Amino acid sequence: MSKVKLKIKGLPQYYQGLVDFGNKTIDINGHQYNTGELALDVPISGAVYGTLLNYQGSYAAFESSMRQEPYMEPPKAPVLYIKPQNTLRSSGAVIPLPEGFFNLMVGAALGIVIGKQATKVDEDEALGYVYGYTVVNDVCIPHESIYRPAVKEIARDGFCPAGPWVVERDSVKNPDELDIRLYINGELKQENNTRNLVRSVSKLISDVTSFMTLYAGDTLLVGVPEKAPLAKENDRVQIKIDGVGMLHNTIKREQDLLGGVLDEACTSRL
Amino acid sequence: MRHARVVYNGSIHHAVEEGGRVKLNDGRLLDETDVAWLPPVAPRTVFTLGLNYEDHAKELSFSTPKEPLVFLKGPNTFTGHRCRTFRPSDVTFMHYECELAVVIGGTAKNVKKEDACDLVAGYTIANDYVMRDYIENYYRPNLRAKNRDACTPLGPWIVDAEDIRDPMNLTLRTYVNGKITQEGTTADMILGIPELIEYLSSFMTLNSGDLILTGTPKGSVDTKVGDEVVTEIEGIGKLVNTIAGEETLVREKRVNMT
Repeated sequence: MSKVKLKIKGLPQYYQGLVDFGNKTIDINGHQYNTGELALDVPISGAVYGTLLNYQGSYAAFESSMRQEPYMEPPKAPVLYIKPQNTLRSSGAVIPLPEGFFNLMVGAALGIVIGKQATKVDEDEALGYVYGYTVVNDVCIPHESIYRPAVKEIARDGFCPAGPWVVERDSVKNPDELDIRLYINGELKQENNTRNLVRSVSKLISDVTSFMTLYAGDTLLVGVPEKAPLAKENDRVQIKIDGVGMLHNTIKREQDLLGGVLDEACTSRL
Repeated sequence: MRHARVVYNGSIHHAVEEGGRVKLNDGRLLDETDVAWLPPVAPRTVFTLGLNYEDHAKELSFSTPKEPLVFLKGPNTFTGHRCRTFRPSDVTFMHYECELAVVIGGTAKNVKKEDACDLVAGYTIANDYVMRDYIENYYRPNLRAKNRDACTPLGPWIVDAEDIRDPMNLTLRTYVNGKITQEGTTADMILGIPELIEYLSSFMTLNSGDLILTGTPKGSVDTKVGDEVVTEIEGIGKLVNTIAGEETLVREKRVNMT
């Protein structure tokens, strides 16, 4: 059984639950539910930072460009970017496909949810600052150059689904040994494991907090594995991280959505 | 009207300016130095423009970008008026950037520049420090150079939009230890405020409390530990900041302990 923190749609407070991944059930206040029957809201609320080039495969794929213009040398600090509040969506929400685009790159990311203010944290103490872990789909419009901040490609409405819940730290045996799988319309498209990170969970927290504070409730994404798949209109994207959860979202044309916010369940009338 | 968020007697207050002094909600009138100043808005999504003044782009040997150079800032990097910004000991070039900050006052997407004024709640001043030694060529300017703790003083006040007749014609000045080191005008922005709101809202929803830091003109010089840096914008105010180093922090620690 894994302890999780979750938010139920329409209710302002957070709940704690016990998830049985095998039976796909969750126990909340002594009541048992199937994990699929709850309408869950975004379980995180702070700042969200993404990390680039943090899988050995994604680093290796870019390595030949690192000594060329305009990069000139390999990165020293973690390469970070911000997913602002407008990007957050719950599991089950729709990801808007902006007008004029046909494909979105979908990014299977483990999100580290910070539990207490973390500044200049040593690597061997880093996990003590973690509240737990969640599944994030770090969506972007595909872009080749990583020289300039890609806000237009990264920060669009609905480009950061997260959930379905946050699994508490001690319910995850080893965050650096988690299988990650991404499915599109039920078909396995990508498979990786957090053991392939360039900076492990602890090392990443330590290196990031060496120059900027992470607050309780902030989420740091460990990165997206190499060969992130593309998804198109009507595709259903599922990201599964063992022992953390399964996040699912469907891509719909932005112009068909009211403010970009709709549930998969509401889209049948589109 | 000018609005601030201040700490006084252990509580956070909304304050307004009256005759150069700070007036709390309950009417108490205080001096500027009686209160601790918070950023006048709790930052949520904060956009910053790079190279949005041609003379500053030239100063950094860049041609002006085809696509606007926009980056985001996290909540850790903001601090208030009369606060200190830390200069790491291994840094050789740390410079201020005096910027007009636009406070968004509504929720909107796909705003046309003709309608952009309606979305502005007010204006404040940002000092967008950068440690040039830490600049790297990945998502440049990177967070290690631009998003350090307390590295972006903001304030002192938000001035209501209706009190600024023409935000695109304001003089910006920076003084280091009383000596003027930077002077420019918002008239020289490459993309003006209406164009920036149109551009940003063309691809994402803007929300109340979001900020747009509109870039800085030329005149960036290195600032040392102990320097007092005042960034001033006509009609908005003067934002005061002091550079602190390791010694300052150690001394403070010692004072606090005795």
